[in-house]
Amino acid sequence: MYDVLIIGAGITGILVSRELARYQLNIAILERSNDVGNKTTSANSAIIHSGCDPEPGTNKAKFNILGNAMFDELTKQLDVEFRRNGSLTIALSEDQLKALDALEERSKINGVPFKRLSKQEVLALESHLSNNVTGALFFPTAGIIDPFNLSIHAMENAIDNGVHLFLREEVIDIKKKVSHYLVKTKTGEYKSKIVINAAGNHADVIAKMVEPIDWSIIPRKGEYFILDHFAKGFVEHTIFPLPSDKGKGVLISPTTSDNYIVGPSSEPILDKDDYSTDGPTLQSVRQQALAMVPSIPFGKVIRVFSGLRPSSSRHDFIIEYSRSDSRFINVAGIESPGLVSSPAIAQYVVNELVRPLISLKEKSNFNPNIRPYVHLNKMSKKEREIFVKENPEFGEMVCSCEKVSVGEIKDLLVRSCPPRSIKGVKRRTRAGFGRCQGGFCQPKILFLLANHYGVSPLEIPLDDVDSPILTSRIKEVK
Amino acid sequence: MKIVDLVIIGGGSAGMAAAIQAKKEGVDNLLILEKNDTLGGILNQCIHNGFGLTEFKEELTGPEYLQRFVDQVHELDIPYKLSSAVINITRDKVVSYSNPVDGSVSVQAKAIVLATGCYERNAGAIQLPGDRCSGIITAGTAQKYLNIHGYLVGKRVVILGSGDIGLIMARRLTLEGAKVVCVAEIMPYSNGLNRNIAQCLNDYNIPLYLSTSVSRVIGKGRLQKVILSNVDDNFKFIPGTEMEIPCDTLILSVGLVPYVSLLENIGVPMSSTKGALVNEHMETMIPGIFTCGNCLHVHDVVDFVTDEGRLAGHGAALYLQNLLLGVREINVYPNSGVSYVVPQKVNLDNQEDVTFKFRVQKPVKDVFVLFESNNVIISKVFKSALIPSEMIMIKLNRDKLANVTGDITVHLEGR
Amino acid sequence: MNKEIVCIVCPRGCNLIIDEKMEVTGNACPRGKAYAISELTHPVRMITSSVRVTNRLETLASVKTSDSIPKDKIMEVMDIINSLSVEAPTHINQIVKKNVLGLGVDILITKKID
Repeated sequence: MYDVLIIGAGITGILVSRELARYQLNIAILERSNDVGNKTTSANSAIIHSGCDPEPGTNKAKFNILGNAMFDELTKQLDVEFRRNGSLTIALSEDQLKALDALEERSKINGVPFKRLSKQEVLALESHLSNNVTGALFFPTAGIIDPFNLSIHAMENAIDNGVHLFLREEVIDIKKKVSHYLVKTKTGEYKSKIVINAAGNHADVIAKMVEPIDWSIIPRKGEYFILDHFAKGFVEHTIFPLPSDKGKGVLISPTTSDNYIVGPSSEPILDKDDYSTDGPTLQSVRQQALAMVPSIPFGKVIRVFSGLRPSSSRHDFIIEYSRSDSRFINVAGIESPGLVSSPAIAQYVVNELVRPLISLKEKSNFNPNIRPYVHLNKMSKKEREIFVKENPEFGEMVCSCEKVSVGEIKDLLVRSCPPRSIKGVKRRTRAGFGRCQGGFCQPKILFLLANHYGVSPLEIPLDDVDSPILTSRIKEVK
Repeated sequence: MKIVDLVIIGGGSAGMAAAIQAKKEGVDNLLILEKNDTLGGILNQCIHNGFGLTEFKEELTGPEYLQRFVDQVHELDIPYKLSSAVINITRDKVVSYSNPVDGSVSVQAKAIVLATGCYERNAGAIQLPGDRCSGIITAGTAQKYLNIHGYLVGKRVVILGSGDIGLIMARRLTLEGAKVVCVAEIMPYSNGLNRNIAQCLNDYNIPLYLSTSVSRVIGKGRLQKVILSNVDDNFKFIPGTEMEIPCDTLILSVGLVPYVSLLENIGVPMSSTKGALVNEHMETMIPGIFTCGNCLHVHDVVDFVTDEGRLAGHGAALYLQNLLLGVREINVYPNSGVSYVVPQKVNLDNQEDVTFKFRVQKPVKDVFVLFESNNVIISKVFKSALIPSEMIMIKLNRDKLANVTGDITVHLEGR
Repeated sequence: MNKEIVCIVCPRGCNLIIDEKMEVTGNACPRGKAYAISELTHPVRMITSSVRVTNRLETLASVKTSDSIPKDKIMEVMDIINSLSVEAPTHINQIVKKNVLGLGVDILITKKID
């Protein structure tokens, strides 16, 4: 019997589980895919927003502002790349200056620090901006983050503090009993006193298993480009156009891995599992981006992908008890600014919603810090020489594009939230993220994983278990 | 820091040829750094034949061809390190590499030859539309899984791209028991050698669809089908021409790109070949840093990679003896009909003949290749048939270059 | 009726035309002429493939036929090749199977493995 069971190991569910792990509780988290933070959490702009954009008085505004302030400490505890590079929302015509004024007002109400810039001032900050720029707002508290490792390291830390993670568990039914919930998955059953629904794009499906609801989740797809490393400092800040009712618009930003990200588009879709990309949408993203930064070198695109925003019909975060029972808590509709809001949402869920339901006794041995990862490229030459001499496997490169060693990959495999797929290794180390996109390193990584898990190479998937890479072995010796 | 006169980065065909040539010309303090656990580079997985016709007057398979050079490396006592990836090089030629035995090491080189080969364009680079399923893989990676490790990447295969790698894999997969349904090629002609169309596709009745590409991949988890569509002159999909092909694998053979991040990081000027700008000795614009092979421009015949490697090794040897003169330099530009020329710079004080290598923009017949400088035709060579995938080589004697005073353009003229 | 085929003897890939009298044109060298005649009378091919190395994990040794074999016997020869294996070390031109299918052609190793 669990005290709390969380459905969905996206960033929200993970941080809720970690927050709960401070207390003497039995906590379980279920995830239908083959890794944590595998869907929306890994397919977004990776921006820690300033909080200027959400409508004042909404949950989005509240949790964005609270969350933004938490990232310095959080990323230090979890050893995650985070940089407050600041963002610029630019106006591209005289007409747009009115909208810029409105955004300035909103920033004041939301309490977000900003600086209003003239055309000359913003061009001095970012020389590659279009000459059509008429003015901008600079938000110093905005930042960029590695969303993959944020979720993975947070999950690792939560597991190290006692949380039980169950992957490849898809919830198909929930039955309310007298003193607990019976949560049925395709392969098993879980009992828990409290259930927290953090199931992202499927949160409405999960919520409906318990009671009729008056909200729904319509996924809104965003397609992106990722550009290869090139001249550093091409664009330093995250560049936004003025927001519209479709959302924040197409942005251009450096990433924490020294790539550039361009996107997203915004279209509602019906299929909650449709991550496809298409030519016309990407072309439109490209046009919008070039309007802001005309010299973006699209010849350097190494990857395109799409993410699905779990948009709620209320146009705001839904963080509340279910109507029929406070022991079933919905944490739904966590679309942008979901990533930046997630640590604040987690604290709220635990302190405001869970605390009245169950006794929260603090653990004396809760450790919010994970065992630091090895970052060879951050070491000095001397430090690196000594380290590799003592740990030879860190001297053997697997991915030459991104300089990832056997040692780093093997380290992942002994931690509490190890990768189980090629994509899992890629999200944790960037191996396969570079210009050759795994062309050279994928076979090495595949055989490393097969060896570690003691399974046939045929079983190592690209992502979920239904995505095998190899189909058969040839020349079987009779 | 240890001093190594010549560091050769990459122990494939180009790197080994450069090292062997430099050693023969007296460079003793040299070192090959190879990131894989064997020498030979990509030839290790090219188990088909067709190599060595010019170099050895024999038809060899890839592993046989590379072994001839590995044997020479051993005979000449050329030092090399395996599993040694170069992390970076500086403009002053400090080379930092990493391997499990020596750890993380930096050496001071006096000259460097970069022979790092090329990488394959992939799904992201062509913005392949559709689902994110497994079963989409580049031809070289599929070849590695098959020929080095012994695993098939699919049972029912569609190949996008009719370059030689795609064609070779069509045959290879068929021989190993997979069904290759078809090959789609976005251009109106195939980029592969005619002989490969014959012995890889026709032999096995595999259809080739020209002016066709993949307009969508469909699959949840694993690939289930691809939609092929015809393309117009601007390579846009033509609505109404969709062909649905059930399959579990899409192999991408959509182009090779020189792997030159080590040079890009130190600001070495690049050319339209996506490799570095070089002079007749394969020297980049940083004196003492040379490059050759697929990382300079993508070759189609390995014998010529070996030639080019020897040229770079020779250049490095001259450089180390302070014999590389370099004052009167002119540029070489491609013009109408020619997509690129290597080398892009020629030193007029150079005392040797220069072989120019180039490719044409589209298939042509009955043309003259003209080398012109200041309105004077230096050389005029007749060619009956030229195709973009074939690298053409034309040697200009020292005497022909002696009187050149300005930049040279290379272009085609109809008969 | 003229027959048109592509010569596969070398990378040039000449387009060969053979008329009813078996006269060959389009060849840049005599090997092309020989190929054309052979292709129309008894087509042959060289096969390259690989065999498993029993004492090395996940490793294959590449092989080739020592000479061309009849085109219609390709899959039969592949069956034989699939049944073979070797032990490391291997050297180039090492014979794995002699006189395959009685065709007077051997299967030779093309990869040196230490």
